[in-house]
Amino acid sequence: MSDFVNEFWNWYVILIVLVSVVACGVFLWFQSIHHSSSEQTTDTTGHVWDETLQEYNNPLPRWWMWLFYLTVFFALAYVSLYPALGRFPGIWGWTSTGAHKMEVEKAEAQLKPLFDKYLKLDLASVAADKEAMEMGGRLFQTYCIQCHGATGQGSRDKGFPNLTDKDWQWGGAPEQIVETISNGRTGMMPPYGGNPDAVGGEAGAKELANYVRSLSGLKHDADLATKGETRFKAVCFACHGMDGKGQQALGAPNLTDKTWLYGSSEAKIIETITAGRTNQMPAWKEFLGEGKVHLLAAYVFNLSSGGEKR
Amino acid sequence: MKLTHDSIERNIGLLIVLTVLVVSVGGLLEIVPLFFQKSTTTPVDGLKPYDAVRLTGRDVYIREGCYLCHSQMVRPFRAETERYGHYSVAGEFVYDHPFQWGSKRTGPDLARVGGRYSDEWHRAHLINPRDVVPESNMPSFSWLAKTPADAASAPDKMRALRKVGVPYTDEQIAGAAKEVEGKTELDALVAYLQGLGVELKGVK
Repeated sequence: MSDFVNEFWNWYVILIVLVSVVACGVFLWFQSIHHSSSEQTTDTTGHVWDETLQEYNNPLPRWWMWLFYLTVFFALAYVSLYPALGRFPGIWGWTSTGAHKMEVEKAEAQLKPLFDKYLKLDLASVAADKEAMEMGGRLFQTYCIQCHGATGQGSRDKGFPNLTDKDWQWGGAPEQIVETISNGRTGMMPPYGGNPDAVGGEAGAKELANYVRSLSGLKHDADLATKGETRFKAVCFACHGMDGKGQQALGAPNLTDKTWLYGSSEAKIIETITAGRTNQMPAWKEFLGEGKVHLLAAYVFNLSSGGEKR
Repeated sequence: MKLTHDSIERNIGLLIVLTVLVVSVGGLLEIVPLFFQKSTTTPVDGLKPYDAVRLTGRDVYIREGCYLCHSQMVRPFRAETERYGHYSVAGEFVYDHPFQWGSKRTGPDLARVGGRYSDEWHRAHLINPRDVVPESNMPSFSWLAKTPADAASAPDKMRALRKVGVPYTDEQIAGAAKEVEGKTELDALVAYLQGLGVELKGVK
């Protein structure tokens, strides 16, 4: 796109291009007529070095000369067909953005019916379709593996969930998965549950850590856990529930299962309590569009229920 | 004087002038007019100069040589726009001095990485890429989390950029050091990455 600030630059480009191309042609022609008269005699450049050293000035080989003429002709054809002469768009009207648009439209025409076909089906049926799952798998490999891993196993202790288990932070029903992918999720645990006094500082966090480890059936100090339970039921229950089973509507994880997004060691849990955790699943609807989100949701749905089928 | 092979070769001054003239045609034609085109000199809608923290992060990006493995240029091919988003346009880079287009992709293109992953992901990934992407061959940059960002030179950098046309206000420059203070290089780099290419993020 040549949107010059004024007309000068338009002509500046046109003139330099044409003058240099034409000058090459004229120079070649000049070289060939200059020698045609003296072809039989040995011509030199007329320059003598070191008393006797002279340089022959023979004409270019004919085939070479014609090749050069060919490049001049090519250049003229090229600048008239493609956008090269200032604002002139070229006879073919080619643009890189136009080429991209054509490429995208061609692919759309081919893929849209396919995506539309699956959009009409519910997730469970899409998940049962072999071709759909191959497509979903490739989409997953492109857009999802950076956080959720190539096999959907998530990242160990870094807060990116495993998608192959039955544990769902925000819900594993088809419409919940679609919602998660489309609009994203932001999970936020405030430091000390937003209430450092009630948690009782570092010492209280240690008691709480022992209590939540006991919920998950992990090794813990029973005394500390009992003290922690009181604190839990004063602060943490608000999101994680009195029974510690969490709330999917808030993305508050179930603490009674074996899944630990940020690690289950006492030290890691204390870190989670004292520093808080914030993490985000980005929203993908705008970028991917409904068709791809639908296939990806079905793929993820299948990853999780795959165990039952096999 | 007749302009012959002989006379040009004997006159070193003339030889230099003619040589310079010939080799500069390409640059005069392909580079100079770009400074006088609206599409290359007008910022895209919503583009703002890097704030002090992101600017500090950009300098970490340059210092660590991220551009050697990551490009910042989505080309107009479907294979790229499907993966990264809208192709890059010149107006996105008018405040970049120097631009970070890069020329090699050992890792993925980063022109539209802003908002693509969470801040937490970037932290974990920069400290040790294999914690989140087991197959990754990116080096770990764990020291960034422990190194305080260079707050003192932020105002000078902004002043220098203002000289080449980045519209920083006096207030922005005055507040720059304070903004960066207390941040680590990791914070700054993540802020830089999260701002990349967001202007055309939702555009199809």
